[in-house]
Amino acid sequence: MDSAQPILGAARGKRWNWHKLANPGQFLRVSARFLLPLSIAGVLITAVGLVWGLWFSPADWQQGQTVRIMYIHVPSAWLAMSGYAGLAVCSVISLVWRHPLADIAAAEISPVGASFTALCLASGSLWGRPTWGTWWVWDARLTSVLVLFFLYLGHIALINAFDDRERGARAGAILALVGVINLPIIKFSVTWWNTLHQPASISLFSAPKMYVGMLAPLFVSALGYTLLFAAIVVSRTRSGIMERRVRGLLQARAERAA
Amino acid sequence: MKRKHRRLAILTACAVGVGSAAALAFSALSSDMVYYLSPSQIAAKHPSVRRTFRLGGLVEAGSLKHETVNGQPVAVFKVTDLKGDVTVTYKGILPDLFREGQGVVTMGHMRPNGTFLATEVLAKHDANYMPKDVEQALIASGKWHPSEGAPPPAATWDMLNPRSLAKPKPVGT
Repeated sequence: MDSAQPILGAARGKRWNWHKLANPGQFLRVSARFLLPLSIAGVLITAVGLVWGLWFSPADWQQGQTVRIMYIHVPSAWLAMSGYAGLAVCSVISLVWRHPLADIAAAEISPVGASFTALCLASGSLWGRPTWGTWWVWDARLTSVLVLFFLYLGHIALINAFDDRERGARAGAILALVGVINLPIIKFSVTWWNTLHQPASISLFSAPKMYVGMLAPLFVSALGYTLLFAAIVVSRTRSGIMERRVRGLLQARAERAA
Repeated sequence: MKRKHRRLAILTACAVGVGSAAALAFSALSSDMVYYLSPSQIAAKHPSVRRTFRLGGLVEAGSLKHETVNGQPVAVFKVTDLKGDVTVTYKGILPDLFREGQGVVTMGHMRPNGTFLATEVLAKHDANYMPKDVEQALIASGKWHPSEGAPPPAATWDMLNPRSLAKPKPVGT
């Protein structure tokens, strides 16, 4: 039941390796050191990026001030997708190597990812109304991001739908991996099909289609969002591990008393 | 073969299976997943007068006319994909971003006379983001005008000083 038990006899190898981090006890010790700096950096960099973007960057020639929604919308969209990629990595580790930490992390990523996806959908809707003339359209990009939101919600529901937590984690991992097919669909929806949503302004292989004075605050915001996402997930994972320990201790006590 | 290696193999096999199934399904569906038709697709397909669909393309420069029919304002414009064009009639409020040279998606149906009667007009935004002073400078220097469509690539003006850009180029250079 309590899969967080192997913590105590943590292997103390001389060489640093990632398997050590996969041990929940070791994860608690290591993350205790970097969680606070990570959180502070996340809050500060996000604040700098958003203040820069929302007040000090130039308005768009066509959209005017409305373009500032971008500094909230685009980083949340990036994090919604990379959060899902993180969930998928945890799911592979959970299914193949059965690391208990991967189960805990997966369970803690999906509510955060769902929140960032909701922020992306809401800010996009608020942006669409003044620019396109509509709150919502069923084009390939908007619909596939809505599916991403439902995948996160489905993952949350599925891992909590079993009495046996390990079976719930396994079912959730399978759902998360099937849903990975949605990531390329979201990314390439705007190039494969005619959509109302415009194609990407920033890509790896061509020059950005955006003024540098807008690009810089966007990247700062995105960096801040990423650190913030990581800080929230690490902190939730820590409390997830401690929750399991407490549950294990309480159960052991109840069994002794019985 | 260790158990974890077997699990990894099963997972890889499933990924290949699901991935190729999805790729096949989407390549089969791709022609039906189109959000709008372009003017040249309409010329090729001749959609029926009764069918409601979306038409997308650029608003042709110089084609926008505001008319009054039965006391109501009506916008008439041509939507083009540079290979063909369709005349669109729309009664209603146009979105803020609507202008000549702008991408639009309109919903409606064809009329027997070959024009399109729109019940909804949405403005498409392109992938370009550019400050207002750069726009003014590009117009003043004669390098670009909004009615020509999308602005020139950001790399061509990103590092330029708007004031130097605004100066017209001497003739002959």
